[in-house]
Amino acid sequence: MQTGISKKRRAYILLMRILMWLSVALTAGLVLFLVTYVMAKGLPEISWNLLTTKPSYLSGNIGILPDILNTVYIIIAALIFVIPLGAGAAVYLNEYARNKKLVAVIEYAAETLSGIPSIIYGLVGMLFFCSFLDMQTSLLAGALTLVIMNLPTVLRTTQESLKTVPQSYREGAFGLGAGKWRVIRTVVLPGCVDGIITGCILSVGRILGESAALLFTAGFAHAIHGFFEGLNSAGATLTVALYVYAKEQGEFGVAFAIAAILMVLTLLIQLAAMLVGRYFKKRRDL
Amino acid sequence: MKKQAFENFIYGVFLLLGLITVGCVLLITVYLIISGIPAIREIGLFKFLFGKTWASTAKTPQFGILPFILTSIYGTAGAIALGVPIGFLTAVYLAKAAPPKVKAVVAAAVSVLAGIPSVVYGLVGMLVLVPGIRSIFHVPDGASLLAAIVVLAVMILPSIVNVSITALEAVPQEYEDASLALGATPTETYFRVSVPAARSGIAAAVVLGVGRAIGEAMAVMMVSGNVANMPSLFQSVRFLTTAVASEMSYSSGLQRQALFSIALVLYLFILLINAALNFFLKRSKEA
Repeated sequence: MQTGISKKRRAYILLMRILMWLSVALTAGLVLFLVTYVMAKGLPEISWNLLTTKPSYLSGNIGILPDILNTVYIIIAALIFVIPLGAGAAVYLNEYARNKKLVAVIEYAAETLSGIPSIIYGLVGMLFFCSFLDMQTSLLAGALTLVIMNLPTVLRTTQESLKTVPQSYREGAFGLGAGKWRVIRTVVLPGCVDGIITGCILSVGRILGESAALLFTAGFAHAIHGFFEGLNSAGATLTVALYVYAKEQGEFGVAFAIAAILMVLTLLIQLAAMLVGRYFKKRRDL
Repeated sequence: MKKQAFENFIYGVFLLLGLITVGCVLLITVYLIISGIPAIREIGLFKFLFGKTWASTAKTPQFGILPFILTSIYGTAGAIALGVPIGFLTAVYLAKAAPPKVKAVVAAAVSVLAGIPSVVYGLVGMLVLVPGIRSIFHVPDGASLLAAIVVLAVMILPSIVNVSITALEAVPQEYEDASLALGATPTETYFRVSVPAARSGIAAAVVLGVGRAIGEAMAVMMVSGNVANMPSLFQSVRFLTTAVASEMSYSSGLQRQALFSIALVLYLFILLINAALNFFLKRSKEA
C-alpha cells in the first residue's frame, strides 16, 4: 500500500477488499458445496437396475429408464423445430430485413420471450397445444412448448455468428452473379454453423433443467415407448421425475440419483459449449 | 422472371420465420388475457387483487390473491437484498481485481451455478436449508418464506454476476487510468469510478434478477411450504408462481379460471420488469 494515505481511506480500502474477498469465497464455496453434496448423496444411489428398468408398483421397483428416454425424445423433438425457426428468424433479421421498425419489434418480442417464466409457458402450452390443438398431455406438446421457450436463444446465438460472416464474402458471391438465396445457402448459412451449434447446446441445457413448463404439457407417466409412440403419449422427463419422487413420494434416494445425473450432464454441456466456442474461434482466427 | 418469383417466395418464407417470435408473444398474451379475464370479472377486480383469503376448495370459495402478490414481492425483495450485494462484489472483484486464473475458475463456477436445474436447488433446499432453518431458529417447520428467499438469492446470483461483469468490463480504460493518475488507489478506483460508470448495466443486472426471482416456480414450491398465508418470514407461504402450479392439476370451474387470472397478474409483472430491463440496457449501451 502507498504511504501518505489517510487512515479513513485506508480503512475504506481494507473494508472493500475484505467484502470482495468474502463474496467471492461465498460464491465459490456455494458452488463447491452444491456439486459435492449432490454428487456424494446421488452417485452411490445410482445402480444398473435404476438406469435400465421402469418403476412398478407391484414389485416396488423404481427405475428411471422411461424418464431418460422421455428426456432424449423431448430434446430431439424440440431441436428439430427450434433450429429452423430460430436460425431462419436470425437470417431474416440479418440478411433480409430492411424495415428498422420491424426489426426492433421482432427483437423486442424475442427479449420478451426470454423473460417469460417457465410456469407461464407451461400454462399457455397446456391451453394451446394440449387443449386447442387437441394433442392431449404428450411429449410433443411439451416439446413444442419448449420450442417457443428456446426460440430466443437459438435466434440470438445465430444472429451473433451471422454478424461475424465478412460482408466481402456476400459481395463476392453477388459479384459472381449468385442470387440472394444462393448466397445465403452457400455463403451465409455455412458461416453461422457455430452459432446454431452453440444455440443447440444452450437449448439442450435449458430443456434438461426445465420442469415447470413440462408439468402440465408433458405429464408424469413412466412408460417405455419408441420415439414416435412416445411423442404422442404423456411422460415425465428427468427433472419432472425428480420433483415427483422428492416432493410427492418422498423417495429422496432416487431424487438424488437423478440430481447427480443432471449435475454431471449440465457440467458436460457447459464444457461442450466452452470447447465449441474455442474451436470455432480458433478456426475463424486462421 | 421465374427466378425472381422464386426469390420472392424464399423472402416470404424467411419473413414468416422472422415474424414467428412476434406471433408467439401475441399468442401468449392473447391466451392469458382471454382465459384470465372471466374469473376476474366474476370475482371482481378489487376483491381478487386485494382479498386476503384464498380458499379455492371451500364450500363458499374465496379467491383473494393478496397473499400471493405480497409473498412474491417480499420474496423477490429478500432475494435481491441478499443476492445483489454478494453478486455485485463478486462481479467487481472478477472484472477488475482478480488474477486471470482466479477469474477463469470462479467465472466457470458461476456458470455452473447458472446451469443447475431448479429442481436440484429445490431438492438441496428441502434437505439442507429447511431442516437448518428449523433447528437454528427453533421454528416448528423450516419450510418458509426465509427458505425460499435463500434459494432464490442463490439462483439469481449468476445473472447478477454475469451482467454486472459485462457492464464493468465495458467501462473505458481511460476513466480508470485518470483516476489512478490522480492518486486514487486501485480499490478506490473500482468503487468510485468504474462502478458509477457502469451503473446502468448493474441496474439491468438487478432488474434481471428480479425477473428471475419472481418467475421461479419449482424450487420455491419445494421449500416454501405452499400454504396460502399472508407472508411472514418463518411461515409457510405461497407465491404467484406456486399458486398456479400447485392447484392446476386438480382444479376445475371458477377455481381453474382464477388460476389463469393469477398467471395473468404474474405476466403483467413480468412485462413491467422487461420494460425496465430494456430501459436500463439501452441506457448502458448509450453511455
